[in-house]
Amino acid sequence: MALGLTGYVVLAIILLTVAAFFMARSRAKSTAGGDIRLLHSLPNYYGYNAAMFAAVPAFGVLMIWLLAQPMIIENSVFKLIPERIVSEGSSRGLVMSDVRRVAEGLDIAVAQGALTDDEADNIRTEFKDVRSILGSVGVALGSNVEPEVLYAAQQYRAKTETGTFWMSVAVVTLAALGAALAIFVTNADFRARNTVERGALALLILAASLAILTTVGIVLSMLFESINFFRLHPWTDFFFGGSWAPNFRGDSDLSILPLLWGTLYISVIALLVAVPIGLFAAIYLSEYAGPKTRSAAKPLLEILAGIPTIVYGLFALLTVGPALVSIFGRGEAGLLGVDWMSGATAVLTAGLVMGIMLIPFVSSLSDDIINAVPQSMRDGSFGLGATHSETIRQVVLPAALPGIVGAVLLAASRAIGETMIVVLGAGAIAKFSLNPLEAMTTITTRIVSQLTGDTDFASPETLVAFALGLTLFVLTLGLNVLALYIVRKYREQYE
Amino acid sequence: MTDATTSSLPSATPVSGKGSLMQQDARTRKRNAAETRFKAYGIAAITIGMLMLLVLVYNIVSRGTGAFQQTFVTLEVALPAEKLDKNGTRNLDDIKKVSTFGYTPLLRDAFEAKVADKSIETELSGKEMAGILSAGAAAQLRDFVLADPTVIGSTVAFEFLASSRVDGYLKSRVSRDSIANDKNISAEQLDFVDQLTASGAIEKRFNLAFITGADSSDARPEAAGMGVSMMGSLFMMLVVLALALPIGVAASIYLEEFAPKNWLTDIIEVNISNLAAVPSIVFGILGLAVFINYMHLPTSAPLVGGLVLTLMTLPTIIISTRASLKAVPPSIRDAALGVGASKMQSVFHHVLPLAAPGILTGTIIGLAQALGETAPLLLIGMVGFIASNPPDSIASGLLDPNSAMPAQIYEWAKRADPAFYERAWGGIIILLLFLVTMNTIAVILRRRFERRW
Repeated sequence: MALGLTGYVVLAIILLTVAAFFMARSRAKSTAGGDIRLLHSLPNYYGYNAAMFAAVPAFGVLMIWLLAQPMIIENSVFKLIPERIVSEGSSRGLVMSDVRRVAEGLDIAVAQGALTDDEADNIRTEFKDVRSILGSVGVALGSNVEPEVLYAAQQYRAKTETGTFWMSVAVVTLAALGAALAIFVTNADFRARNTVERGALALLILAASLAILTTVGIVLSMLFESINFFRLHPWTDFFFGGSWAPNFRGDSDLSILPLLWGTLYISVIALLVAVPIGLFAAIYLSEYAGPKTRSAAKPLLEILAGIPTIVYGLFALLTVGPALVSIFGRGEAGLLGVDWMSGATAVLTAGLVMGIMLIPFVSSLSDDIINAVPQSMRDGSFGLGATHSETIRQVVLPAALPGIVGAVLLAASRAIGETMIVVLGAGAIAKFSLNPLEAMTTITTRIVSQLTGDTDFASPETLVAFALGLTLFVLTLGLNVLALYIVRKYREQYE
Repeated sequence: MTDATTSSLPSATPVSGKGSLMQQDARTRKRNAAETRFKAYGIAAITIGMLMLLVLVYNIVSRGTGAFQQTFVTLEVALPAEKLDKNGTRNLDDIKKVSTFGYTPLLRDAFEAKVADKSIETELSGKEMAGILSAGAAAQLRDFVLADPTVIGSTVAFEFLASSRVDGYLKSRVSRDSIANDKNISAEQLDFVDQLTASGAIEKRFNLAFITGADSSDARPEAAGMGVSMMGSLFMMLVVLALALPIGVAASIYLEEFAPKNWLTDIIEVNISNLAAVPSIVFGILGLAVFINYMHLPTSAPLVGGLVLTLMTLPTIIISTRASLKAVPPSIRDAALGVGASKMQSVFHHVLPLAAPGILTGTIIGLAQALGETAPLLLIGMVGFIASNPPDSIASGLLDPNSAMPAQIYEWAKRADPAFYERAWGGIIILLLFLVTMNTIAVILRRRFERRW
């Protein structure tokens, strides 16, 4: 119902906008006596101006209202729920989600005709089995509906209805007022183009600020939930504890350290694969290869970067893992006759495959950097009698070093944040171990496993994912900033 | 004269006492060997990279092509009126009362008739023979009858999907050794399959249902398809295109053409370059917390997936759009301003159309990146259920729970039955075909429309 009304409001605003466009344009033309040369701006600009005044404030208020209304209503409805239920039902979030589900169920019941509007507003659990009514329209509830929860849900519905009604009135009035004002000021001397362009510029700025908004959204959403997490779980255990053992009945060990160890171990193996191969590939391509080899090999290598990570994940799980098992595992039947590896998922599996993925990342970044070293430095070195490889090792690489370090750091941040390869290839066991043939788990895999399926935003086992996410964000951001800093600070200026 | 100089060289070197130019001394040999080695490392690195690509592609193709072929069993099934429509009224409600179980005996009878007809010798019972069919065969029969009740009483030739074990046997994924402890199929049934194959009743052919069909339950890998998740991906890409392109272009225009040099611009620029490096899973967390937990948008909906992927692709699009705006020479802007256009008009009427091919190329590449992204989709719930019907309208396409291509592949990779792995590789082939097509279009656009000023 709420959606339906909101839909009509949007439709009304659009109609008003279109009407305002044509009315303002014709008014502008008529004030100029039909001679558009007398107008300050082209006629369409008068139309755009009116349309802008009709649509922009109305849509803005609509958006803010839609975002703010649930929050305000939830706050006021929450006061209706007595302490008793909250303490039994473990937390505020859980009870509120019950209230919302009951309210939603009542809406659906009314829509399907199982209840009349009046009944939905006035039924009491004492007289009717609300749970079975809601169940009959497809809204399954976990337990019987408490009278207070039902009352809160009915209040929730009533307030939402009133709120949505007033919102519709306010927004449509605003659109009409905006349109009327714009049409009223329209005359031949009105500088419509300037106003429209100022409005357009504001929209451009808004679009550009979305980047800031996204960052703020990321940080705030993770920060709030992390704070909730640290209220439920001691921060000392999270940062300094020694084990990771989530237990959905409560009393879990949730420490990031074993996960961090797994993440770093896998990343180090990945870098051990990617950095030498990538770096040598870049050196060969930029220093030795002819234009033909270069134009063939470079795009081919970069294909590796364009392949989705799910493909690498499958490759790790179904190809590399079993191949490693047949080398290091299976006892006598294996290639080495040893039994060091039991399952396909292991640190080495994930590390190797991630290394392959990072090769083009390291190589193309290093390639650009090596190419940026001026030719005169190479010529000078050749002139002194150095061989090509000596020139590269003693002149080109030192000059390119800050950039290469930056590239490696960026690759490291990529490796730490990589998800699909480790979800499929690394395993799920959190532990401190040096054996690369054992399964270990990472920060990203735990985020996925804590947040998929049914999530309950009141339990520390779910909320820990946000703390992990925040740590991951800070870690990768730190590496990126460090990479940029190193590149800027130590870059040689050759001009 | 030349003779004299060449002959004088050997005599000149002994004077210096440092050996001959014709003969490399130990140090030079060492340096040259180091040179050769260094170059060999480079070649080895490139070779390893290429080899990995080759192994990867070979792996995908060799393991995935099987998914496009499926084993079908041709069977003439009699549809007796006394079993399917006891009253003989052809009343649809009466026919509907016969459940899937009522159709199973028909399959057994059909197999027994087949055996008698082709004079195949087997000790299997009718039930065991019917066991080589997919579990969905009886339902397929029932749907056929319900769609057209007039067929009752006649004998109709059907093509049933064979069970995944039989399919695997014919694709040599399942061997007689590997089924030793398998309660789903026996060696006798495989003998029977061999006999039927010889008589032409079982054949392997192209399986369109894999490309157009829906995912299936764990028990029926042979019926699983990519079609519905492809629709999910399509709707997500529509959302990304509709949001990321205008917002990205608007942001780039502001930063490139209008932004003054001040702290706000600096913050925006730093933000954009940082967002490009944020791990994709963090965007998934953002989507879960903001779109689903706070705004209560429907879980698993392509709309939410599209919103999350929009935020993720925006930096890519902004960076490439800015590059193509920068490539338009200032003389174009100056000329427009010179004939009296406003700054805004010069940008929208002249610079933007000239930068359009570059913007388009960048957008396609951004879309391709979004199409293959999996991690954020896991967090907003686009895995772990079966969307059985393709969406029937745009609203349901955007709001109904669905999967997406990479999420579907992940889902199959997690399942226990190895028959799903073949599906996963096959799904990867389809996904990569999309990506290759998009990237090719981007390259062609760039080649065709790129202007050198």
